[in-house]
Amino acid sequence: MHFPLRHLLVASFMLLAACSLGEGAQRQTLTVYAAASLSGAFAEIAEQYEWEHPGVSVRLNLGGSQQLAQQLVQGAPADLFASANTEQMRVAQEAGRVAPGTEVLFATNRLVVITPPGGTEVDTLVDLVRPGVRVILADEAVPAGRYARAFLMRAGVAGGLGDDYEKNVLGNVVSYEQNVRAVLTKVALGEADAGVVYESDALAGDVGRIAIPAELNVVASYAIAPVADGAEANAASFIAFVLSPRGQAILASYGFGAVTGMES
Amino acid sequence: MAAAGSPFRPRERREQPVPGSRRRAGIWWWLSLPMLLFLTVPLLALLLRSSPATVTHYLRTPAVQQALALSLGTTNVTMVLAVVLGTPAAYLVARRRFPGRRTVEALLDLPVILPPAVAGVALLLAFGRRGLIGGPLGLEITFTPAAVVMAQLFVASPFFVRAAALGFASVEPELLQAAALDGAGAWRRFRHVALPLAWPALLEGAIMAWARALGEFGATIIFAGNLPGRTQTMPLAIYLGFELELDMALTLAVILLGLSFFALVLVRVGLRKW
Repeated sequence: MHFPLRHLLVASFMLLAACSLGEGAQRQTLTVYAAASLSGAFAEIAEQYEWEHPGVSVRLNLGGSQQLAQQLVQGAPADLFASANTEQMRVAQEAGRVAPGTEVLFATNRLVVITPPGGTEVDTLVDLVRPGVRVILADEAVPAGRYARAFLMRAGVAGGLGDDYEKNVLGNVVSYEQNVRAVLTKVALGEADAGVVYESDALAGDVGRIAIPAELNVVASYAIAPVADGAEANAASFIAFVLSPRGQAILASYGFGAVTGMES
Repeated sequence: MAAAGSPFRPRERREQPVPGSRRRAGIWWWLSLPMLLFLTVPLLALLLRSSPATVTHYLRTPAVQQALALSLGTTNVTMVLAVVLGTPAAYLVARRRFPGRRTVEALLDLPVILPPAVAGVALLLAFGRRGLIGGPLGLEITFTPAAVVMAQLFVASPFFVRAAALGFASVEPELLQAAALDGAGAWRRFRHVALPLAWPALLEGAIMAWARALGEFGATIIFAGNLPGRTQTMPLAIYLGFELELDMALTLAVILLGLSFFALVLVRVGLRKW
């Protein structure tokens, strides 16, 4: 009874071939590693990009830039890397996952002071030093936390808010959160009177905002680059879309700033 | 006292060899090896990566001392509260028969399997400044050591209640009936009969609750936040130190490991002597 077996074998090979053929004719997947703060903007960009490029489906892997860079270092398969700072882009470059010089700055983010919905006793930057005001910052291990400290230092020295400004605000800090979104949530819940987050985060939550003057603010630059062993052509067209007026308009609607000197 | 025995062998007794089988642990040792190695190797790696010199060096830094002092302080308060608030509940489910007892038991046990992050969010929504109870009462607990204790109590109390209930349940009903016949009221039966007989179990539960509180992370970081010297306990300092100063995190990890192991050995070996 060897005949049925042979038929079975042939049939399975044909099925296998059909499957792989089908896959080739099917949609291609573009895997984009993107900083968590980009989640809203990149979801919309991906949707628009897919609509313009039928046959390509974008898969987003969102996380802290530091986490994503580590995943790339460990060899995780990806086509694109969008980092919230150039530091983590360098980590991926040093591991050979991103070719040096291929990264493009595509967006900026600034800090803003947020207050709970319905308002509290904090209306201006000066109010942050009032005794009893509860302030939350991101921890120093988090980029947003480092930027917040830099802003406080500048505000005291150059901002004319008093030499003790940084010290007094830090004295009002009740918690250093492990990521910037936790700061947003706790301020939105009214647990603290103020917090320092990115502009783009502030837009995502139900919070009041106190602008930080440009000369005191810290600019975080976002960089995107193709991953060395990824799908080159699609990666290039995705980057082009991010840099296009439409891509930039989407980023702007989520609170991101444009990179100065960038042609659009 | 059986209650202070090993949870792996609740009824410690001399085992009769099954006829026809030589009682050899050999094969079971080999079969247990993967599990034992899986649990031991990471801890060994932790100890090997650290060194006595780094531990003693970091033990002198304020960051480590603050975290250690805060952890010991809050966990001791948590343990006392777990005993004070948990003993009546344990006695209730162990010795009383009432409708819905199983449900009450499940409720008392729930924090064991509930993710601590859920506990943290729940505490925040209940006792936060704009929370269910915190709002109307004007509470300002969040971001204080009291919040650390509440987070620890929420996740650690079942470890005490469970052990205490087992202890109370193992008290012979005849003894309590005899005391009742002699005219002892409910309080005196509890105080002079049940409590003295069950106390090793209560002690075991208290130590286990303390050890669980010592390791609490998820509920604490959400409900109490993270401020060195005020709400940053050892697990929080380890988590954030991992990204800033690995050796500091390792030192705290080694101390935490030592304290937890000591607590378990105390329960398993020390208490069985009584």
